Amino acid sequence: MTSDSLPRAFTLLLKRDLTLAVRHRAEILNPLLFFVLVTSLFPLGIGADPKLLQAVGPGIIWVAALLAALLSLEGIFRSDFEDGTLEQFLLSSHPVSVLVIAKVLAHWLITGLPLLVISPLLGVLLGLPGDAIIILLITLALGTPVLSLIGAVGVALTVGLRKGGMILSLLVLPLYVPLLIFAANAVDTAAAGLPVTAHLSLISALLVLSLSLSPLATAAALRISLS
Amino acid sequence: MIETGNNNMLEAHALECIRDDRTLFSGLAFRLERGQALILEGRNGSGKTSLLRILCGIRLADAGTVTWDGTDIGKLGPDYHVHTAYVGHRDGIKLDLTPLENLAMARALGKPNDTTLEAALEKVDLYGFEDVLTRNLSAGQQRRLALARLLVTDTVLWILDEPFTSLDVHGIQVIEELLDQHTSSGGMLAVTSHHAVNLASTTIQRINLSDLAA
Repeated sequence: MTSDSLPRAFTLLLKRDLTLAVRHRAEILNPLLFFVLVTSLFPLGIGADPKLLQAVGPGIIWVAALLAALLSLEGIFRSDFEDGTLEQFLLSSHPVSVLVIAKVLAHWLITGLPLLVISPLLGVLLGLPGDAIIILLITLALGTPVLSLIGAVGVALTVGLRKGGMILSLLVLPLYVPLLIFAANAVDTAAAGLPVTAHLSLISALLVLSLSLSPLATAAALRISLS
Repeated sequence: MIETGNNNMLEAHALECIRDDRTLFSGLAFRLERGQALILEGRNGSGKTSLLRILCGIRLADAGTVTWDGTDIGKLGPDYHVHTAYVGHRDGIKLDLTPLENLAMARALGKPNDTTLEAALEKVDLYGFEDVLTRNLSAGQQRRLALARLLVTDTVLWILDEPFTSLDVHGIQVIEELLDQHTSSGGMLAVTSHHAVNLASTTIQRINLSDLAA
């Protein structure tokens, strides 16, 4: 095996998933549309009092981001499972966990990054102060990859089931809770003008933890699902 | 197309497969060497696909072991997969990619050989379709594309599950020639087929799984 073959497989897989996403634009637009709609419905539902919106805004944005991610998770492995390409990944001469990282990275670029880009606009919509919006961006930048990474384990475990959607939510949502608590609280704290380094450190720790463990767990889960 | 070097050997020892409390086969043993073909026969549901998936290493046998050059394939992992290529019941190609894109991915997942992607497409009579979305090809053409995956990596053992499904008479002939070429140049073949497989220059072992049912 040549030494550059693994990086080649990694970039080719990443490129493949991005190409597929571009050919299925709905996959990019659906979670984003969901995110924007849910967030913008809240002021209509609970009233446009700026103080109230400022208080619940961070929570709303983060819950919406979390649900949008959940909505798009199945896309990581479902279609690959159905057409048999997932088997081919397991039978490749490369470590499956590295291929998993490429797939999760593609998923984040397709679903997480657009949320990140549009979130300052939603922050303004909910009347968050400038400092809080910057912290919101940072928490989303650190947090949305965690959503994809943890989600990948859940999808890998449920991809062989016919109706895995419900079980997937039950498996994954509890694991999202710590991230939700720290991230929404960080934005709240920033809005109150207090330092948030502790929050950000904790979220970074979550990112490092999931980045190092999730690919291995996902690869193992895929083996179980396909056997 | 095939790596040279030592003579490889695939062995199965006392394999057993249980599915939904039913023993599909037990005590299955064979030994496959380079230049040989293993043809699995048996009724529908007799465990042919399950056996192939066990040989691939996707599925675990309920008892017994599969070894490659004497080492358990579960222990070898990617070091075993680099020698094998599997075309299963599902084609393992993306319908929203072109044949060229599909083959490029398949090549990157294994150990690339010298055959260009275009040449591989030409060998399965798909030259001229390289930039059409695979979705727009016929079922037989999609199957031929799946089989073209075999040609772009350097592998010894081809594991094929019903390779002739949806192929026409001409397509079957083309693929049979490829299989024959593979074994006669030192490759191994493990295949299930309802269609009689004509491999002129190959030592063939046949296992009928219906006979082994408990």
